[in-house]
Amino acid sequence: MRKIGLILPALIALAGPAMAERAWIHPAATIFIENEWVSVDAGTSTDPFQPDHQPTQLGAIKVWQPDGTEGKMENAITSRYRSSFDVHLVKPGTWRIGTADSRIMGSFKVDGVEWRLGGRRGPQPGMAMAGGAGGAAAAPAQPPADAPKFVSSVDEIPANATDLQITESLSRDETFVTAGEPSRAIFEPTGKGLEMVPVTHPAELLTNEPSKFKFLVDGKPAAGLKVTIVPDGRRYRDSENALELTTGADGVLTVKWPGAGMYWLNTTLSDNHPITPRATQRRMSYTATLEVMQP
Amino acid sequence: MRMTPLLTAGLLSAPAMAGTVSITIPQGKIAEYKKPYVVAWLEPTDGSPIRTLSAWYNVRKTGAESGTKYLVDLRTWWRKGGRSLMLPADGISGATRAPGTYTIPLPADLKPGEYILNVEAARESGGHELVSVPLVNGAGSASGKTELGAVVVTK
Repeated sequence: MRKIGLILPALIALAGPAMAERAWIHPAATIFIENEWVSVDAGTSTDPFQPDHQPTQLGAIKVWQPDGTEGKMENAITSRYRSSFDVHLVKPGTWRIGTADSRIMGSFKVDGVEWRLGGRRGPQPGMAMAGGAGGAAAAPAQPPADAPKFVSSVDEIPANATDLQITESLSRDETFVTAGEPSRAIFEPTGKGLEMVPVTHPAELLTNEPSKFKFLVDGKPAAGLKVTIVPDGRRYRDSENALELTTGADGVLTVKWPGAGMYWLNTTLSDNHPITPRATQRRMSYTATLEVMQP
Repeated sequence: MRMTPLLTAGLLSAPAMAGTVSITIPQGKIAEYKKPYVVAWLEPTDGSPIRTLSAWYNVRKTGAESGTKYLVDLRTWWRKGGRSLMLPADGISGATRAPGTYTIPLPADLKPGEYILNVEAARESGGHELVSVPLVNGAGSASGKTELGAVVVTK
């Protein structure tokens, strides 16, 4: 019983992309005149942009101005199902709003004993017996002797550790908002992990012509990458109507939009090229919210 | 009144045979009718930059929600060049117009070439419409169905 309780949270965390929980950053619109304000919601739910599950923590969200410097969130609040904030578009050009998260988690053994790194911890001391035998919660706050051992960073993994199963998890979630004339400075890739560089500018996505986006992994074209695109308004359709597309050899994805509106784009990629020392594998996720206009 | 100096300037710089664009804003049978934002521009068919001829919007409204805010609703013009135009601009910006027919001059210094004359309208609590007139020998006409009436370009 105990073992299941401990392993399960780890499995859930690792199974991220397979779960139907989707993080989204949802601007009210993406095309503005300079000095206008954009209102943005951020959360996680099964259907993109439907605030019915969890808010994104404001601390995880960043605003980048067109010149690459950090911008400001204003009037920010976190409510039950979403965080909301405004961005005052005080500079002309294309802004980026989003999250970039990196985590390390996994397990290793020391002298045959399993240890865990990062991720969700087991039950807190004192909570350990809660829900178990009645009255046990009042017992002294000592984890049982067979409880797994945890370290919080890679640096704490002992040199003699064996059976390393350490996953580096990188995720980006972003949207682009343009004030006045579009610019491209914020599309400059970092060369780390999974990234998207728009070929068609996000302020020029139209229903009557295909849009192109270049996907990169560590700065190199991500060929054959499977990308899912879900149109807004799932609630009002019988099916999700997701587009399932694949990048070409040059990493470029070509999208013919079925109509105007907001779209949630997501792709994931796993490989064995983590950046973090001692990590054994890498899981990457890229998400973008794109607005498609009538011509 | 507002347009008078602009029209005069156009006439002074234009040769005798300068063309004109006539734009009709149809009468709306609506109680709470707001005058539409209307923009006219010339688009070279070779893809080179557009030339905005006129932009009628709420030029007087300034402050937190200025009249320029809704220029993005003229989405085609905005994407094709409106967004890089600094407004108000002399000879281009003007107040919104009530239903009626208005005439604006074609630029006298227009380079020879093939053009499409576009007129785009967007109205608060109303619709959006784009009327495109491919020019043949500097003239042509087309008509909108909702927010715009006849658009006539004469040499």
